[in-house]
Amino acid sequence: MTATADATKAPRAGKVKTMRAPLKLRNLELALLLLAWTINLGALALVELGALGTVEPTIILIGLGLSALTLAVHIAMRFVASQADPFILPVATVLNGIGLAGIYRVDVAEGDTGFASVAIRQVMWTSIAIGCAIGVLVLVRNHRILQRYTYIAMFVGVVLLLLPMLPGIGQEISGARVWIGIGPFSFQPGEIAKIALAIFFAGYLVTRRDSLAIVGRKFLGLQLPRLRDLGPILVIWALAMSVIVFQRDLGTALLYFGLFLVMIYVATGRFSWIFIGLVLFGTGAFFASRTLNYVEGRINNWLDAFNPAVYDADGGSYQLVQGLFGLANGGIIGTGLGQGRPDLTPVPQSDYIIATLGEELGLIGVFCILALYLLFVSRGLRIGFAGQDDFGKLLAVGLSFVVALQVFVVIGGVTRVIPLTGLTTPFLAAGGSSLVANWIIAALLLRISDTVRTQPRIVV
Amino acid sequence: MNRELKRVSALILLMFVALLTSTSIIQVVQVDTLQDDPRNVRTLYESYSTQRGPILVAGQPIAESVPVDDQYKFLRTYPQPDLYSTVTGYLTLGGQPTGIEGALNEQLSGTSNSQFFDQVTRLFTGQEPTGDTVELTIDPAVQQAAFDALGDEQGAVIAVRPSTGEILAMVSKPGFDPNQLSVHDTAAAEQTYESLLGASDQPLQNRAIGGNLNPPGSVFKLLVTAAALESGQYTPDTPFPNPGTFELPGTSSTIRNSEGGLCGGGDTATIATALRLSCNIPFAELGLSLGEQSISEMTTAFGFGKSVDVPMESTPSSYPRGLDQAQLALSAFGQGSVRATPLQMAMVSAGIANGGKVMKPTLVSRVLAPDLSVREQPQPEVFSTPISGDTASTMTQMMVNGVDNGAASNARISGVKVAGKTGTAENGSDDPYTLWFTGFAPADNPEVAVAVVVENGGGLGQTGYGNLVAAPIAQKVMEAVVNR
Repeated sequence: MTATADATKAPRAGKVKTMRAPLKLRNLELALLLLAWTINLGALALVELGALGTVEPTIILIGLGLSALTLAVHIAMRFVASQADPFILPVATVLNGIGLAGIYRVDVAEGDTGFASVAIRQVMWTSIAIGCAIGVLVLVRNHRILQRYTYIAMFVGVVLLLLPMLPGIGQEISGARVWIGIGPFSFQPGEIAKIALAIFFAGYLVTRRDSLAIVGRKFLGLQLPRLRDLGPILVIWALAMSVIVFQRDLGTALLYFGLFLVMIYVATGRFSWIFIGLVLFGTGAFFASRTLNYVEGRINNWLDAFNPAVYDADGGSYQLVQGLFGLANGGIIGTGLGQGRPDLTPVPQSDYIIATLGEELGLIGVFCILALYLLFVSRGLRIGFAGQDDFGKLLAVGLSFVVALQVFVVIGGVTRVIPLTGLTTPFLAAGGSSLVANWIIAALLLRISDTVRTQPRIVV
Repeated sequence: MNRELKRVSALILLMFVALLTSTSIIQVVQVDTLQDDPRNVRTLYESYSTQRGPILVAGQPIAESVPVDDQYKFLRTYPQPDLYSTVTGYLTLGGQPTGIEGALNEQLSGTSNSQFFDQVTRLFTGQEPTGDTVELTIDPAVQQAAFDALGDEQGAVIAVRPSTGEILAMVSKPGFDPNQLSVHDTAAAEQTYESLLGASDQPLQNRAIGGNLNPPGSVFKLLVTAAALESGQYTPDTPFPNPGTFELPGTSSTIRNSEGGLCGGGDTATIATALRLSCNIPFAELGLSLGEQSISEMTTAFGFGKSVDVPMESTPSSYPRGLDQAQLALSAFGQGSVRATPLQMAMVSAGIANGGKVMKPTLVSRVLAPDLSVREQPQPEVFSTPISGDTASTMTQMMVNGVDNGAASNARISGVKVAGKTGTAENGSDDPYTLWFTGFAPADNPEVAVAVVVENGGGLGQTGYGNLVAAPIAQKVMEAVVNR
C-alpha cells in the first residue's frame, strides 16, 4: 500500500511526507465515497423505476442528502482525523444507502410517500447520527481520553440499559421492553449503552487484566481464574440475565455478554473466561427457556418453523417463514429492486430488512452486504492489531466485534442459524437509535485509526 | 494480545461463513420447496403481474389477460362468462384460482418447470414474462347445446369422445360470472365471492366433476349388469322372479318397480328386460345373488374411488362396503349410499361405447408456448379396461333397446342409433328426486358419450323422472355432435 511505502521513509522525510500520506488516504476515501454515492443513488432510482416505472426528484434529493451528509464527515476528517482509515466511511455510507433503498422500497409498496414515509424519517435520523459522529471526531481528539471516563461510562451504560424499566418513559413494543418514548419519538437506549459498555470494559480490563489473568485452580486441563476474580463476570452475567427476564430481550443480552467475553479473553488471554461465561450464559438461557414463555416460543419457532401449529400460533413462526419465502423468491439473482413483494413479510423495514434486500437483490446482493460488513469489521480488527496502546486495541476489538455479533444475531436469526431475537441490522435497518449508535462506532474506529497512524513509528 | 485477536478474527470469520451458508441454503437449495409451500402467497401474487396465457376453445379465447393501467398490469377477462365458467373457473386476487385457471396455473402464469429456459432467456433479454396458452378439447357447438339444453335446471352435463377421452362439453348450473371475481377491486371481489359461497344453490361447485354427489339411481344398473356379464355366470337372458313387491332381506320394508307393476309380463324377468324397462326388483335380486365384492370390483375398475385430473381434480364416486343384505339390494339399483359424479357415469358410457376401454378424460388439447410452439400435447391414454369387447357390445345392444323400446325413449334421434340409460334417484323420503341420463351415440360408431344430472327433481319434486327431464337434455347434446 502507498501508506506503507511512505511510512517507511517517514523517519527521514519528516513533515513533508506525513502531509502527503494523509492526503492520499483521504483522496482514496473520496474516490470510494463517490462510488458509494453512485451505488446509493442508483439503488434508490432503481427502486422507483422498478416499482413505479418513473423516477421522482424527491428520491434523488434523498440520495443527494445522504451523500452531502457523508461528504460532511469526509471534510471534517480532512481537518481532525486526516490519517484515519479510508474504508470505514465509504462502507458505512453504502450500507446506510442500501438500507435506505430497502426501506423506501417498502414505503412505495405500502403507498407511504413524502414525510409519512419511513425513509424520510431514516434520512432525518441519519443526519442526527452523522452529526453525532462528526461531534465525536471533533470532540474526542485522542481516544485515550476516553479511558479517563471508564467508570462514568459504566454508569451511563447501566443507566441507559435500565431506562426502559422506568415507568412513564419506558415503552413496550412487540413484547420487548427496550424502548423509551419522549414525545413522538421512541428510542432504544440499549443501542447506545453498548458503546458505553465497550468503553467501560476496555478501561476496566486494561487496568485489571493482570490480576484477572492470574491462574487459579486447574480443572479438566483448563486453568481456571481465582474465585475472587469472578466478581466482574458475575455482575455482567446478572445484568444480561435481568435484560432477558425484565426487558424480555434475548438478543441484547447475548450482545452485551458476548462483547464482554471476547474483550476479557483478548485482555487476559485466558480461554477459561470464555468457558466460564458460556457455561453461565448457557445455564441462564436454559432456565429462561424453561420458565419464560417468550424464550421457549422463540426456540420452537426456530426448530420447527414449518409446523402448521407453530406457524399459526400467536407469536409463532409466521414472520420467520414469511421472511424465508421472501428470500426464496429472490433466489440467486433476486427479483430486481422494486420488483419483489417484500411488503408481504412483517416488519420488512427493521427486523427483516435483510429479507427485503435478499428478495430483491438475491443471494448475490446478500453476499455483497455480508462482504461489506466483513470489510467494516476487519478494518476495525486491523486497527486492533496495529494499535500501540492496550486500551485502544481493546476498544477497537470490542466495537468491531459488537458490530459483527449484531450482524450474526440478526441475519442468523432471520436465516435460522440461531433463534430469532429482536436486534437491528447495523446501518441497514430502520431505527434512529441503531443508526446513531453505529455511526458513533464508526467515528470511534476512525478516531482510533487516526491516532494509531499518527504515532511516529507505526505502520498500518 | 495479537494471538487472541487472531482467534477472535477467526471466530468472526466463522460467524460470517455460517451466514453465507445459511443464506445459500435458503436462496439456492430450498428455493423450490419454499416456493411450492401452499402458505407462500408470493407465488400466487406473482402470477398476476405476468401476462397470463389465454385459454382457447376452437381458437377463440374464453379467458384472456388484457392490459390495464394499474399495478397488476393485466386484467383477466372472460368473454363468455356464463357459458364457460364451469370450465375456466376463476382467478381472483389473494385467493386460490379454480377450474383450468387453477389446475394449469403454472403453465398459464409461465412459472412451470418446463418454462425454465424461457425464464432464463427473459432475464437477459428483459422481455415481459408471458404465460403459455392452453387449448381445450371443448367443442363450442356441443358446449352451447349442453348449456341451452340444461336451461335453468340445477345440475350438470358432461360430454366426452369415447375413443380419446376428450371432454367436448362441461356445464354445471347455476354458474357464476368469473369477471366479477377477477376485478382488481379486492373489496368488490371479496363481496362477490362471499355471496357466491353463501348461496344455497352453491354456484361455485362444479357439479359435473364434484359438488355434493348424488345417488346415481338406475344408471348404476349399468355397472351391476357389467359385473354380472363379466362374471360369466349370467347372460342378458338370465331370468329372475318377477313379483310386484319385494321385501328387503332382514327388514319389513318393501320395494317396488318404479312403474309400480310387474317388470314386463310373466313370472320371470330377464336382465335385458329389467335394464330396458329399468325395473328395481330383478336388479335387487341380481345384486343379492352377485354379491357386494363383485359389484364393488366392477365400480373400481370403471374408476369409482379414484380422483381423476381432468386436469381439475374430480371428487371420487363411491360404492359403499360392508353392506348388509338389505343395503346390498338397494345398492344394486343405485340407492342407499352409492354416490356418483356425471363425469364417472360418462366414463361408464364411454367405456361401453369404446369396446370396453375407458379413456382418461381430459379437457386439455395442447399447451402452447408464447411463440406458439407446442409445449405439451397430451396423448389419449387408456384409463382402464373394466369389461371385454363382447360384454361391451352386448351392453350396447341392451342400451339401444332401452332407447328404442324402453324407459329411455326421450333420447331418440331420428336416423341415429342411440344407446342410453335413465335414472331417477330418491334422496330423503320427502326430498325431490335426482334425475339422470347417460348414454352414447351413434351406437354403432360412437362419437359422443354423455351424462346428465338434474338435481331438485327438475322442479317437479317427486313427480319428475329421468326420461322426462334428463333424457331430452342428453338427446340435444348428442344431436349437436352427430349432426355436425
